[in-house]
Amino acid sequence: MSLPAVPLPTFVAVPLIAAFALPLFGKRGKSAATFLANAVTIFLLCCAVASIGRTAVYEIGRWPIPLGINLVLDGLSCLMLLAISTVSAAAMLFSTRYMERYTAKSKYLCLFMLMVAGMNGVVLSGDIFNMFVFLEIASLASYALVAFGCEHEELEAAFKYMVLGSIASTFVLFGVGLVYGNTGTLNMAYISKAISESGLNSGLTFALALFIAGFGLKAAIVPFHAWLPDAHPSAPAPISAMLSGVIIKALGIYAMSRIVFNVFGITVEVGWLLMILGILSMIIGAFMAIGQWDLKRLMAYSSISQIGYVVLGIGFGGLLIAKGAKAQWSALAILGGLFHLVNHSVYKSLLFLTSGSVEMSTGTRDMKQLGGLAEKMPVTRAAATIGSAAIAGVPPFSGFWSKLILVIAAVGSGFYWVAAIIVFVSLCTLIMYLKVQRYVFLGELPEALRETKEQKNSMLIAMVFLACLCVLMGLLLVPPLRSSVLEPAVRVITDGVSYSTNVIEMVRESVKL
Amino acid sequence: MLYSLCFLLFMVGLYCAVVKKNMVKIVLGILVMEYAVNLFLIMLGYRAGGVAPIVSKEDIVEAGGTLSSMFVAKSVDPLPQALVLTAIVISLGSLALMISICIRTYEKYETFDITEIRRLKG
Repeated sequence: MSLPAVPLPTFVAVPLIAAFALPLFGKRGKSAATFLANAVTIFLLCCAVASIGRTAVYEIGRWPIPLGINLVLDGLSCLMLLAISTVSAAAMLFSTRYMERYTAKSKYLCLFMLMVAGMNGVVLSGDIFNMFVFLEIASLASYALVAFGCEHEELEAAFKYMVLGSIASTFVLFGVGLVYGNTGTLNMAYISKAISESGLNSGLTFALALFIAGFGLKAAIVPFHAWLPDAHPSAPAPISAMLSGVIIKALGIYAMSRIVFNVFGITVEVGWLLMILGILSMIIGAFMAIGQWDLKRLMAYSSISQIGYVVLGIGFGGLLIAKGAKAQWSALAILGGLFHLVNHSVYKSLLFLTSGSVEMSTGTRDMKQLGGLAEKMPVTRAAATIGSAAIAGVPPFSGFWSKLILVIAAVGSGFYWVAAIIVFVSLCTLIMYLKVQRYVFLGELPEALRETKEQKNSMLIAMVFLACLCVLMGLLLVPPLRSSVLEPAVRVITDGVSYSTNVIEMVRESVKL
Repeated sequence: MLYSLCFLLFMVGLYCAVVKKNMVKIVLGILVMEYAVNLFLIMLGYRAGGVAPIVSKEDIVEAGGTLSSMFVAKSVDPLPQALVLTAIVISLGSLALMISICIRTYEKYETFDITEIRRLKG
C-alpha cells in the first residue's frame, strides 16, 4: 500500500489560501466558512499522516539551491507537522461552537489559518530567512488572536506578548544578518557546510547567542518566560490550546534545535546551557503553578515546566553527543525530549480545551468559585482526568513513558541528580493537577452552579479525540510506529551537521530523477 | 566602526523598549531596533563606489552568459536589499498591530503608562 506523495508546498499553500478565502464568506456564510476551515485542518492532518517516513526536498520556483529557497521534509519536520495538524484539527473542531460567543468569527478563522500556515512553513523551511518570515506570520497571527476578546486583560496580555515577541524576532533577524555576513549564504545546508569547514568565529558565536535568546523568548524558557502566563490564559480556549500545544514548540523548540544541532553543530557549552535552562524552567514553572487559583493560569505555568522537560531532554542529549558519550544514551535522551514534546502538545491542548468547556458552562475560571462539577459535566471531567494523569506521568498514559525514557537516559549516563529532579518535578505536577481535580470537579457544588450543563457535539468530539490520543500515545514506542515516526526525528538531531550533506545529496538525487 | 555604531543603535532601541514606561515609547524602541537591524543588513551588501546590481548587455561575457569579472567586483550585493524590503513589510505589519493594540488599551484604561495597566498578576 503506498499513499500518493503530498507535494510539500501544500502544507503552507492550502491554509494560506484558506486564510484569505474565509473572510469573503462574511456574516451570512458563517457556517459554510466554519465547515471549510474544519475541512482544511482535517485535510492537513491526512497530509501529515501520509508523509510519515518520507524525506523530500522541494525547490520553490525550480531555482536550484543555494540560489533559491527550498522546503525540506525530514523526520523532525514530519513529527512537528503531525503534532501541529493534530492539535489544530482538534482546536478547530472545538472552536466551531466555542467561538460563537464572539462576533467576527470569520476573522478568527482567517487568523487561525494564518497561524497554521506560518507554523507549517517554519517546520518545513530549509532557508534561514524564509524561516524568519514564516515565524513572523505565525507570531503576528498569534498576537492578534490573544487580543481577540478586546477586553482589559486580553489587550494587556497581548501588548506584553507582542513587545517580547517583537524583540525576539529582531534578535533572530540580527542573527540571520550575522550568519549571512559570515558565510555568504542563507540556505541552512550550505551555512552548515560553511561553518563546519571554517569553524566558529566571534561573529557566528554572537549569532548563535542571539538565536538562542530569540527562540528562547518564543519558547518561554525560564529567564524569558514572563509573557506566557499572561498571554496563554487571556486567549480564547482553543487558541490557548494552540499556543501552549504547538506555537511555543514550532517557533521555539523546533527552530532552536534545528539551528543549534543542524546548522551550528552542538558543543559542550551549548549542551550545558540548554540543560540548565531546561531544569530552571521545570522547577520554577512547577512552583509557580502550584500557587495559582486561576485554572488557565495554572495550566500556563505548567506549560513552562513541561517545556523545560523538552529542552532538558534535547540539551542533555546534545551534551552527551558533544562529550562523545555512548550513542545509545544520547539518542535515548533526545527520544525522550521529542516524545515528551509530542505528548505535551496533545495533553496540554486537551487540558486547555477542558478548561474552556468549564469556563463556557460556568462563566468563571477561578477555582475558588468552582467545585463539584464531576456529576454535571461527566465527559469534560473524564477528559480532564485523563489529561491530568497523562501530564503527571501516571503509568499507562503517554506522559509516563516520555518521562521514564528521560529518567533511564539520565541514570544510564550517570547523571543521577538529573533523574532525581525529573522525578521531583513530576511529583509537583501531580500535586497541581490533584488541586485542579479537587477544586473544580470534586467537593461541594456551589449554589450558583446548580444549573450547569455539559457542552455538546463538536466540543465533546474534540476533547474525546485528544483524550483517546493521550491513552494511545504510548503505542508510539512500539517498534513499527517507533521506527517510522520517532526514530527518524531523533536521527535528524543526532546526525547534527551532516544535515547539510543529507540535503545536498537529496537534491542531487531529485535532479537525477 | 560603522558596524559598532549600528550595534549602538540596536542597544538604544532595546534600552528604550525595556526601560520606558509609556506604551508608545516602547513601540518606538522596538522600531529603532528593527531599523538598526535593517541598516546592518544593508551595510553587509554595501560596497564603496559600487554600482547597482542590474545586468546590462555589456556586462555579459559571450560564452554561456556568464558575467564579466568587472561587474562582479563592482556591483553591490542585491540579496540583503531583498531581505530588507521583506523585513520592512513585516515590521509595518507588526507596527500596525502594535499601534492598534495601544489605541484599544488606551480606550479601556485611559492611560499609556504600563505601571498603571496591571490587571494580570502572579
